[in-house]
Amino acid sequence: MYSVSKYIHIENGIIFENGKQIVDSNTTDFSEFIKQVYRNFEHIYPKFYKMDDLCKLAYIASELVLKDETEKDIALLFSNNEGSLDTDNKHQQSIQNSNAYFPSPAVFVYTLPNIAIGEVSIRHQLKSESAFFIASEYQTDYMHKYTEHLLRTNKAKKVLCGWVHCLNGAYKACFYLVETNGILEHNNQNIKQITK
Amino acid sequence: MEALKKELKERIINVLNLEDITVDDIQDTDALFGDGLGLDSIDALELIVLLDKEYGIKLADPKQGKEIFQSIETMAQYIAQNRTKL
Repeated sequence: MYSVSKYIHIENGIIFENGKQIVDSNTTDFSEFIKQVYRNFEHIYPKFYKMDDLCKLAYIASELVLKDETEKDIALLFSNNEGSLDTDNKHQQSIQNSNAYFPSPAVFVYTLPNIAIGEVSIRHQLKSESAFFIASEYQTDYMHKYTEHLLRTNKAKKVLCGWVHCLNGAYKACFYLVETNGILEHNNQNIKQITK
Repeated sequence: MEALKKELKERIINVLNLEDITVDDIQDTDALFGDGLGLDSIDALELIVLLDKEYGIKLADPKQGKEIFQSIETMAQYIAQNRTKL
């Protein structure tokens, strides 16, 4: 039997930690909001500003869950329903006009959703199992089974799971950490509640 | 040349998303890579695009970048001598 030890919900300028509101920003604009949250962290990580919006959101959600974490054997299972489409569109716009064809390398490197996993892994020095799933909605039962399989077969000591959505200014992140001990039983009902 | 250096600093801050750095923080002879501004390999590619887009300079050999991108001073000198866009 495994448990959820911590969970985070980020949406519309508001952040909940374990169901309790910890941030209520005066802006819902993603760019302003995410910078406000980042600047409140003690940890300085200049590369944050270079990330695309999907990675910034995954970075902040992971930071909130893992800020006091010492375990490094943490698998990462992220998911959303649009991959890196937000950045794919930006890249496409930069190559639309053959007379002004200046694709940005810094944009292009984020045209894969699993780069978000890479950014979190680099930040927290994780060399663990990871996967980024794209589905129309959070696959609760599949994620539950996969997470418990990783833990039961000692592929990871803990698993950070999350839904991270960022498209056309709309954003939402629901992240939760699964391990042996915690505050909620790791079951489908609780996962649905956390990711709703 | 001073105006070009200032313009270059502004463009680099903008294109490389150096949010916490201002024009005054960058000295003309500061190293752009390594211990200076701490730019990385993707930033180097962005600087190559910047030369092409803003100044009409195409670097045929990316290895040239190592000398050109040493500092704002070396970049400004190269741009002044090779620009095709004003």
